[in-house]
Amino acid sequence: MSYIWQFRRIVNRVPVLITHLSTMKGHPLHIGSLIGTKAGRLWLGLVIAVSVGISACAPNPMASSSSTSMAMSSQANMSTKAPSPDPRVGLKPGLFDAEEAFWNLSKVSTTKPSAPFLGVTSSDLAFKGNLVFQGNYNGVMVWDISNPKSPKLAKEFVCPASQSDVSVYGDLLFISGEGLTGRIDCGGQGVAEAVSHDRLRGIRIFDISDLQNPKNVANVQTCRGSHTHSVLKDPKDNDNIYIYISGSSGVRSEEEVPGCIAAPPSEDPNSALFRIEIIKVPLAHPENSAVVSAPRIFEGLVAPPQHGASPADAIEMAEAKARGEFTADIFGQERIIPRQILGQLLESFLKERNKTLATMNAADSAAARAALPALIAAAFPPQPPRPQQTGPRPGPTQCHDITLYPEIGRAGGACGGYGLLLDITDPVNPFRMDAVADSNFSYWHSATFNNDGSKVLFTDEWGGGGQPKCRADDPKEWGANAYFSIDKGKMKFQSYYKLPAPQTNIENCVAHNGSLIPVPGREIMVQSWYQGGISIFDWTDLKNVYEIAFHDRGPSAADTQGPGGSWSVYWYNGLLVSSEISRGLDIFELKPSGFLSANEIAAANTVKLSYLNAQGQPTYTWPTTYVLAKAYVDQLERSKGLSPAQIESTRKALAAAEGSTGAARKSALSALATDLGKNTSDAKVKALAGVVKDLGAM
Amino acid sequence: MNIDRVFTIVLLLCSTVFVSACSSTGNMASESTANVSTTKSDAALEAEFWAKIQAAKMTFVQADVDFMTGMIGHHAQALIMSEMAPKNGAGSEVQILTSRIINAQKDEIATMQNWLKERGREAPQVHIDGTTLMVHGGGDHAMQMPGMLTQEQLEELNAAKGVDYDRLFLTYMIQHHQGAVSMVKELFSHDGAGQEETSFKLANDIQVDQITEIARMELMLKALSETN
Repeated sequence: MSYIWQFRRIVNRVPVLITHLSTMKGHPLHIGSLIGTKAGRLWLGLVIAVSVGISACAPNPMASSSSTSMAMSSQANMSTKAPSPDPRVGLKPGLFDAEEAFWNLSKVSTTKPSAPFLGVTSSDLAFKGNLVFQGNYNGVMVWDISNPKSPKLAKEFVCPASQSDVSVYGDLLFISGEGLTGRIDCGGQGVAEAVSHDRLRGIRIFDISDLQNPKNVANVQTCRGSHTHSVLKDPKDNDNIYIYISGSSGVRSEEEVPGCIAAPPSEDPNSALFRIEIIKVPLAHPENSAVVSAPRIFEGLVAPPQHGASPADAIEMAEAKARGEFTADIFGQERIIPRQILGQLLESFLKERNKTLATMNAADSAAARAALPALIAAAFPPQPPRPQQTGPRPGPTQCHDITLYPEIGRAGGACGGYGLLLDITDPVNPFRMDAVADSNFSYWHSATFNNDGSKVLFTDEWGGGGQPKCRADDPKEWGANAYFSIDKGKMKFQSYYKLPAPQTNIENCVAHNGSLIPVPGREIMVQSWYQGGISIFDWTDLKNVYEIAFHDRGPSAADTQGPGGSWSVYWYNGLLVSSEISRGLDIFELKPSGFLSANEIAAANTVKLSYLNAQGQPTYTWPTTYVLAKAYVDQLERSKGLSPAQIESTRKALAAAEGSTGAARKSALSALATDLGKNTSDAKVKALAGVVKDLGAM
Repeated sequence: MNIDRVFTIVLLLCSTVFVSACSSTGNMASESTANVSTTKSDAALEAEFWAKIQAAKMTFVQADVDFMTGMIGHHAQALIMSEMAPKNGAGSEVQILTSRIINAQKDEIATMQNWLKERGREAPQVHIDGTTLMVHGGGDHAMQMPGMLTQEQLEELNAAKGVDYDRLFLTYMIQHHQGAVSMVKELFSHDGAGQEETSFKLANDIQVDQITEIARMELMLKALSETN
């Protein structure tokens, strides 16, 4: 019989063990003799665990004070420690008056939805100039954020359809329709019939050259609707753009859209399953937009490998070992052995010596300590290795989201149970370079590359975004981000990251949309977690991903799961713009902290975008500025890449150069560049030297 | 704010708000750019918000109710099948899968029960005793859902240990998931069904998740037969 069975039996006996504990309390001598041993510490740990367990069961997580978050929001914080206790735990609920927690960012504004969109789900965002296009299941709100403290509603497009995922390119606006109620005529009456030619599921294309009078220039119906879409601007093609459609619904009836085949490809090669759809949009004639290819990028996929623990779990494991706890390979992963099981093992050991927990002495405890590793090894035999698999496999039938990164010719596809790396250098004929799967990931939702395309993260939208998957007892590897390095077109798993603050069971929470913040020399990303709020994290070191800022609200409703949370949050020209499902448009700004200096924020803000569709990832380039050099100096100070004396002299030299002109400035910068160039071991010092040299050439 | 209290306030406003929402959403070329929201108090906006949420909730048909009712029992049987895994000595991969199925489907059962309650319909309560599933309320057709295992099949699964359990679990869960996928298809074939937001999202999520899991289970099953 397996150890798992034993585990179950032991767990069932927990009350008995607790009785033993109370017996032990009556024998302080024996506890004393055990304290110095691992087993003794364990028993002590069990007492603590029991009492913690009891206090954790105390009701009403909403009742904590609101003072923490207020203090957090109003003070600059140069610490490199996360706030403890986490102010996101226990926030008071409310729709427009929920308690909020801030760390290392501040709110610029919150603007409630306008009347037709209030009480209707707001979704994704796109940006053009000073305009923010906020999708909503009732259409699109267009906000003018010229003054981000007071966004102005520039236009309401009422045109219902879920999810109204939006993109903008030039004078064209693209809107995804997936829900069954979307109508070709944008009417709000829905479509009652299961099959109807009034229904729109696919992409709506509007000409918005006159924003007040948008023209519906084309509607492209797709067989599985459009849950999301991504716009591809091929650097080699200025005449067309391409829309990659991700539709995850069932296949529509052939009577509704001719040519939509629900049978699998084995029965009909024209099957709408196991493929993505690509729409070509001729910019001069968008009315001729049409599906031009349906690549089958999923063929020949293999089963997911298993991964180790998340960094958080690894830390927990190390700390547990330091405390003297025992670990073993359980379910293919190293785990702490439950104390109840150890107690059971100890009991059986004592029984063989004709002793009990009540009658054991110091000699028994020493013997038990020596015997435990062998007992554990016997109870938890190592798992047999996984068999190698080969050959063609069933794959996903569609993608949820595809992030296109045209400058590097790559795309990250989050498709069913897989994360795909695609070559998109030929926009109409993408092909798969690599695929990763993960036994901890159910449904892959989205992808984000780092700026040079050497790293990618995928998200697992476990539960589809409607479920509370950030509770304290939800595993940290589930509903998280997974990080991969990319080398020669192959992805290699590195680690996981999940929102570190536990949320209540009435807050839908899971990894969702976000974008890179262009802090030079680092990988920093801002990400939505629905009612878990927004989290900003550093993923420069893929093995050590850590949070550096956050915002969160209490639940939108007090006693049941209400609609709400951040659908997506993207960096756009110095602002963090978030689409709040119920509360409207949130705009934040980063605040300097021990994790991110004022210079680094300012250097990020030198990057200017003229438009942004986050699923068409842009390359960030930094103009040559003093603040860019200063940001690198700050990073070198943090990483100790230069000595304190070198940091000081470099800062002085930069300040002197900035304050001077002409030949004096040029020679100061030239001297500094030469000086820095002597240290060639550190890539960041080289980068700094390069910026200084460029400054001198200006 | 207490939602029940909000509802009692807003139900009075409800019908008029709903009607005006409908009449104002018809036209893409609407010239209305006035930001009406900002001129109202937060309390008034909140009342309007919950009134619209409540009105939208009521746009369902009997097929939605039948789907939710049936899927609760369907999910409950998946819990029985999955909860056997530890004591039946399932392999580590099957253990991860069953843990996820238990977590996901328990949450979805709660969502579906809540969905029915909020719409004044009877929400089936699930009681599991070993391999015996009892569903109280919502009629007794839960056991006739597509893909459901017979009691004999459940007992057979319960008696299987180790790799035999893994193989049988995967075989039966693929069948069970395929049943759920066909229930979603059936739902969407009814006029007016799946129009309500939660119903559409839940049904679609179930379809997507379970198709993904079917693909994964087919791979796992193939790997098992290759090694044994």
